[in-house]
Amino acid sequence: MIRVHVGSDAIDVAAEMAAHDAGGHGASAAFVGRVRGEGGLTELFLDHHPVLTRSGLDELATEAAARWNLAALTLIHRVGGMAPGETIVLVLASSPHRSEALAAVEFLIDRLKTDVMLWKRETFDDGRVAWVEQRGSDHARAERWEQGAN
Amino acid sequence: MALELSYFAWVRERMGVAGEVVTPPDDVTTVAGLIGWLAARNEAGARAFAEPQRIRAAVGGQMVGLDAAIPPGAEIALFPPVTGG
Repeated sequence: MIRVHVGSDAIDVAAEMAAHDAGGHGASAAFVGRVRGEGGLTELFLDHHPVLTRSGLDELATEAAARWNLAALTLIHRVGGMAPGETIVLVLASSPHRSEALAAVEFLIDRLKTDVMLWKRETFDDGRVAWVEQRGSDHARAERWEQGAN
Repeated sequence: MALELSYFAWVRERMGVAGEVVTPPDDVTTVAGLIGWLAARNEAGARAFAEPQRIRAAVGGQMVGLDAAIPPGAEIALFPPVTGG
């Protein structure tokens, strides 16, 4: 079962985990990405494309499901404005064995940083507003998966 | 040839609109050519597209390189490198 969702509503991590784990899988791996409040950050805004953000996440989920033996996959990305501590992204992968579940989660979080139409904008308490720049290290991490090195 | 353009993140902010329909001259046949034309068209375009190497594009819903050809009537999204996750 694959669940992909993009929305501005808060991500209910406990409820998503409960729904994801309803199948009683052997191994479930999770990544929860949250807004860091460092440097006086007051708001993180995620811009997205009304169609292509969702289809990009769908493509990644399909690729992960083809690559590993997954019993369930949940990929949820929040968009719009959010405050420090709030959840931006939730990735859950389950498999009969831990190695596949862990690899799928790492693949998804690495690749969604470079392949999916999402853009972060930071607002700080001194009034500064800045779009986040893509980091070279993000590309290096994402490219590892292209070489089939997992 | 009319093209439907949409802009995202700081490209949208610098252009001042979320999207527009444009009709570039016939010698604009690639995404790079379109970006160059937009940069030369007005001040907003000059601000948004001063550094083409910082621009990414999707044509008809597919991410493409800047050397990609523009099909007739294409929907083209122009945006900075993505920063989700």
